[in-house]
Amino acid sequence: MELFVNQVLAGISTGAIYACMALAVVMIYQAIDHLNFAQGEMAMFSTFIAFQLMQWGVPYWWTFPLTLIISFAGGVAIERALFKPLGNAPVLVHVAGFIALFAIINSVAGLTWDWTIKQFPTPFGNAPFLGSQLISTHQAGMIGITFLLLVLLFIFFRFTRVGLAMRAAAALPESAKLVGINVSWMIALGWGMASGIGAIAGILIAPVVFLEPNMMGGVLVYGFASAVLGGLSSPFGAVMGGFLVGVFENLVGTYIPGVGNELKLPIALALIVTVLVLKPGGLFGRVAQQRV
Amino acid sequence: MTVARIASLIALALLIFTPLFLKNFYIFQMTQWMIYAIAVLALNILTGGSGQFSLGQSAFYAVGAYTAAIMMEHMGVNYVFTLPVAGVICFIFGFLFGLPALRLSGIYLALATFALAVAMPQLLKLHFFEHWTGGVQGLVIIKPDPPEFLKSMGLKVSQDMWLYYFTLVVALAIYFASTNLLASRSGRAMMAIRDNQIAANAMGVNVSLYKTLAFGISAGITGVAGALGAIAVAFVAPDSYTINLAIALFLGMVIGGVGWLPGSLAGAAFIVFVPNIAESISKGLSGAVFGVILIIIIFLVPHGARQVAYTAQHLISRIWKSS
Amino acid sequence: MSTMLSIKDLRAYYGQVQALHGLTLSINEGAVTTLLGANGAGKTTTIRAVCNMVRSTGSIEFQGKSLIGKSTESIVQYGIAHVPQGRGTFTTLSVEENLQLGAITRKDKKAIGEDIEKMYAYFPVLKQRYQQQAGTLSGGEQQMLAVARALMLRPRLMLLDEPSFGLAPLVVRDLFGILKKINLEDKVTILVVEQNAQLALELAETAFVIETGRIVMSGNAKEIASNEDIRKSYLGY
Repeated sequence: MELFVNQVLAGISTGAIYACMALAVVMIYQAIDHLNFAQGEMAMFSTFIAFQLMQWGVPYWWTFPLTLIISFAGGVAIERALFKPLGNAPVLVHVAGFIALFAIINSVAGLTWDWTIKQFPTPFGNAPFLGSQLISTHQAGMIGITFLLLVLLFIFFRFTRVGLAMRAAAALPESAKLVGINVSWMIALGWGMASGIGAIAGILIAPVVFLEPNMMGGVLVYGFASAVLGGLSSPFGAVMGGFLVGVFENLVGTYIPGVGNELKLPIALALIVTVLVLKPGGLFGRVAQQRV
Repeated sequence: MTVARIASLIALALLIFTPLFLKNFYIFQMTQWMIYAIAVLALNILTGGSGQFSLGQSAFYAVGAYTAAIMMEHMGVNYVFTLPVAGVICFIFGFLFGLPALRLSGIYLALATFALAVAMPQLLKLHFFEHWTGGVQGLVIIKPDPPEFLKSMGLKVSQDMWLYYFTLVVALAIYFASTNLLASRSGRAMMAIRDNQIAANAMGVNVSLYKTLAFGISAGITGVAGALGAIAVAFVAPDSYTINLAIALFLGMVIGGVGWLPGSLAGAAFIVFVPNIAESISKGLSGAVFGVILIIIIFLVPHGARQVAYTAQHLISRIWKSS
Repeated sequence: MSTMLSIKDLRAYYGQVQALHGLTLSINEGAVTTLLGANGAGKTTTIRAVCNMVRSTGSIEFQGKSLIGKSTESIVQYGIAHVPQGRGTFTTLSVEENLQLGAITRKDKKAIGEDIEKMYAYFPVLKQRYQQQAGTLSGGEQQMLAVARALMLRPRLMLLDEPSFGLAPLVVRDLFGILKKINLEDKVTILVVEQNAQLALELAETAFVIETGRIVMSGNAKEIASNEDIRKSYLGY
């Protein structure tokens, strides 16, 4: 029993990483109705920017907001320069664009900061949380910030006019224009926000997985999977999805014999796909009803 | 004679005669190009034909490759017979995968196929299968020799050259079969599904059947490509068939022009040759160069090689008409 | 009565295909006008051109201001509400969110809340379903939602593209009755594009008939409705 509880808690801590990434994924999905495959790389790059700022002597509590602003601006810039010009090209072409972006960012990061692993500091410290051996203060901080972000996003989408406008612009751009929404800027805003959230995710994750250009590869996959599991229309679902995936992955690794680290990901994905087949909108999502 | 027909004949002539003048290594690269063209064509049938998205083609490719390898190494089967077997096994595999995938579409289907692609290398490494698959190290295959009758005719044909022409014949056969498929009733059914599933259903098209068939056929063809790949490279290993391959095939489809079968050749050329070009431009930034080239292409011709071909055809027709 | 919308020599294009060939019409303030014609005549194209949703040349002026070349969203902000063909409902959002979106460019929060209540008074069925996903509403309900959403802008001019499409005649009668009320009480100028000429001519004061991208007939709605020759040759009944 104790092993079970331990593994669940450990799963919740890894799950916080996925939850955080999943939030960024849902954010971009709410804005542009697709998934950005380069999201993880953008988050990684933001984290490297934070790292560089600290190398130059900027204290952590200034670095954090500065990185957020730079990331936001970067996200908007990428959208304006790369994806707006692609405009009405078919979806698959946009996906090719995401892949290209991934390759570019990964390569540039590798060249600028090289491929060795670096340490990244945490503001929460690494002491046992409330004396528990299972969760460190950093992990508790990560879970806390993820929930805070979630609440802020929820309020943004459900209760602010800009949030509503963004949802409308993503759902039906032509109708959105007809109510006066500048769809183009909504998309840019969505990218900026997703980039910012990704930066937060990266900054929280780096102390655990260590900073290097390929750090987000696996995390992104789990982030997507969690977001899809939770239902892409629901930030709450994304977070819950993240925790569920983390816990499930840990339990599978512990209780099913022969499952080493390599099989954890495929099994987690298999679970998610099974859930999707049974509940196509994800656990908490709303499937759009289509009346013909 | 239309512009398109002339262009096809020129292309065919180039494919047939160029290898006669090349060194073995370049012939090998052309073989690789043909093999990827087959795989991209398979994806074109699935996505361009039936509208289903797949990031998992590398899994079917791997199964085809391993089928060929296991049959050749453990069962002593002649390489030629491995192709149809690989095709059938992958067809079944694809069809079975297509069944639960019926409930998924768009992003969800992408994720499911992605999961398949990611899982495959791990499954191939499993201890349980090691006796057959060779585990992490994979299997070495003996590269086949050209058939005896060529020697008796006095022709000195290298292994690579023989494999190239063998692959070319298979590729052409698959190409013609696929073109016929898409032009047939079944092909129209699939395209109806792609364009408007609800309407197709209402018109009596058996959507489930055609969607799973599309998956099966696409997987089968990819399996044949995988088998050819295994034979050409003379080696199979789990890490040769990662998600990167699936992504590359996807890019090949987009660059060629989604759903345009002849574009598979252009798309495959992109995946085989551009990474090398990128690396020769800048070793440290090869990924970035690759990304930039990709972006330039999708900006200039978002509809891929198909767009280039139609524009060229249009221009040439106008020049002919005015002269 | 002043001219609210003045269209002169409008030519519109879908890619290489020209859909409007020098269309001219004008709408007076406070009037209900209908634009009639067969399928493919160019009715929808005309309305879309007003909101710059289709490439066009010529002159379109709203209360003296030129609309050509302006973005759709800025045209909306002049006070023109467009109820598109097919309703354009935000199906994944709730009924009330759809209404809020109609007013998204307005700044007067309190008045917006009042207007929502006013819409519920005009269309009680929307109030019943206010939390429901808009996509689950029937065709008639979605049409009412689309009209209500347009009204939330407090528009000076409302453009409706085939509002009767797919609706039962009784439902259309109700809807047109509400449109008449809105025109009289809220002083909203209305332009209705319709295939269903009979009902549209009962609602409107002025009518234009369009055929292959040009206006071929215009005049008082009652006169056109009672002229059998015109009805038979242009309107098919």
